[in-house]
Amino acid sequence: MSALLELRGMSVEFLTSQGVLRAVDGLSFSVEAGETVALVGESGCGKSTAALALLRLIPSPPGRISAGQVLFDGRDLLALPDADMRAVRGGEIAMVFQDPAMYLNPVHTIGRQIGEVLRLHKGLGREAAQREAVELLGLVGVPAPAERVREYPHNLSGGMRQRVMIAMALACRPRLLIADEPTTALDVTVQAQVLELIRELKQRFGMAVLLITHDLGVVAETADRVVVMYAGRKVEEGPVAELFRDPRHPYTRGLTEAASWNLRGDGTFAEIAGTVPSPLALPPGCSFAPRCGRAIGRCRTERPVSVEFSARRNAECFLAGAAP
Amino acid sequence: MKALAAFWRRFRQNRPAVGGAVVLALVVLVAAGGPALYGVDPFDMVGRPFQPPFSGSPWLGTDVSGRDILAGLVHGASVSLAIGLIATLAATALGVTFGALAGYHGGWIDEVLMRITDFFLTIPSFVLAVVLVAIFSPTTASVTAAIAIVSWPSVARLVRGEFITQRSREYVQACHAMGMRDREIIFLQILPNALPPVVVVASLMVATAILTESGLSFLGLSDPNVVSWGYMIGVARSSLRTAWWMVAIPGVAIVITVLAINLVGEGLNDALNPRLKQR
Repeated sequence: MSALLELRGMSVEFLTSQGVLRAVDGLSFSVEAGETVALVGESGCGKSTAALALLRLIPSPPGRISAGQVLFDGRDLLALPDADMRAVRGGEIAMVFQDPAMYLNPVHTIGRQIGEVLRLHKGLGREAAQREAVELLGLVGVPAPAERVREYPHNLSGGMRQRVMIAMALACRPRLLIADEPTTALDVTVQAQVLELIRELKQRFGMAVLLITHDLGVVAETADRVVVMYAGRKVEEGPVAELFRDPRHPYTRGLTEAASWNLRGDGTFAEIAGTVPSPLALPPGCSFAPRCGRAIGRCRTERPVSVEFSARRNAECFLAGAAP
Repeated sequence: MKALAAFWRRFRQNRPAVGGAVVLALVVLVAAGGPALYGVDPFDMVGRPFQPPFSGSPWLGTDVSGRDILAGLVHGASVSLAIGLIATLAATALGVTFGALAGYHGGWIDEVLMRITDFFLTIPSFVLAVVLVAIFSPTTASVTAAIAIVSWPSVARLVRGEFITQRSREYVQACHAMGMRDREIIFLQILPNALPPVVVVASLMVATAILTESGLSFLGLSDPNVVSWGYMIGVARSSLRTAWWMVAIPGVAIVITVLAINLVGEGLNDALNPRLKQR
């Protein structure tokens, strides 16, 4: 079975005054129809850049996709004519962003903004679009949708705005929903509601979801499979339960330990020492080697190759096969 | 609608602006209804020339050719306002288009459009207007066009700046992610966000346009078949020392109108400027 979305060795580079910055380096992973895949990593690891790049939303210049393919349903999105690409965006692949307050246009009513997607992709008239906007708002759990369509974004709470964003994303029944940190800007109680909503709608419409997050709790709750990124590269991939139970890459192990909130013997919480290296000055070998407690001489000079354990279960580490 | 109500509340608190709006409304009323109520043809000779104002009929006296000054004032109002408004609309449309395309696209499009804009900005605008009207012979249309051509670059600069800050805002990225075309993003999404400062500049530009028109008329560069306030000043300037009121009456009309428009413009600025909203 071929995947709905398949990235093959995609690299994204930015031209900066200090030189070429490779934000995403040879990223490969796939998302099956109806599946939830989490893209995990700390800030600046390239996960959001990868998501924007696969929709060809990286501003160019200074950015460019320097290598790879993005296959969506068998078509290479990177080779698609602009008009076809616009039909894919918002039509077949929709995106929900981190901070709904910033991603909604302040001067238009939410009804108009939802209606715009419908007019764009389904060719609906103004009135039909408005009617369907009301329906969509009801679907995502906005109370009194018939009145709310006339509200402006600043009249709504954060959770309601995120529901509006989700309604816009769902308007054309996309086959893939990219959710870029959809709950980061929200209160904890609202986070759970929004995640539940995404899960419910995913089931109802059979969408695949690419969830970008740094919150491992969210990953454990929602994802089927996980792709872990570090400094622009995929370091480990696997089904969510297996990856949490038996992480093979030292970085993943560090993440899961840090997320477990268990006090260590000396009374402190687990953490990964050091910071992410600058993408302009990556170490010659494994990018994680300077922070890795298990690094051997080879790690500092040679980049490890990905070790395949089974289909879609792999880790990019020389020691991945060895027992922890 | 709520935004409009809030705007009106802020505008209303500004007394000078409300005063300006009232005066401006009166001028517009005169321009719209005056010619119907005071039906004297401003080109007809109604009496002895050089009659001072309030010395009998006609009320405001007569000019060098014995034409009714009040009739000129009433008919000139609509011409002066129309030239100011149309020139401003044309300049704003041109400036918004140039600035929006340059600011949104950046790169070589920005370079080309802004070098054209700079070219117009470096030439003294009044001199350019004089040259343009002189070349195309003075008619109402050519005067309006000349004023528009010398006025649009400042709008283009302003709009470009607004677009540069707006184009990297998150909602614009969301529009891209929804599959919108550049054209839709520019005119339907970003432009409404960039409009408040443009409204202010455009309102002040009406005043400048009226002044420029008067200046051109004063130099004799106005449509000889149409009475405007500037034309009246231009005709009377040769007898400035013997019959000062002929210049003063339309001059005062221009000053009052321009002042009113400026007050309204300042009021719009205060009411639309997001940084002052908290007051």
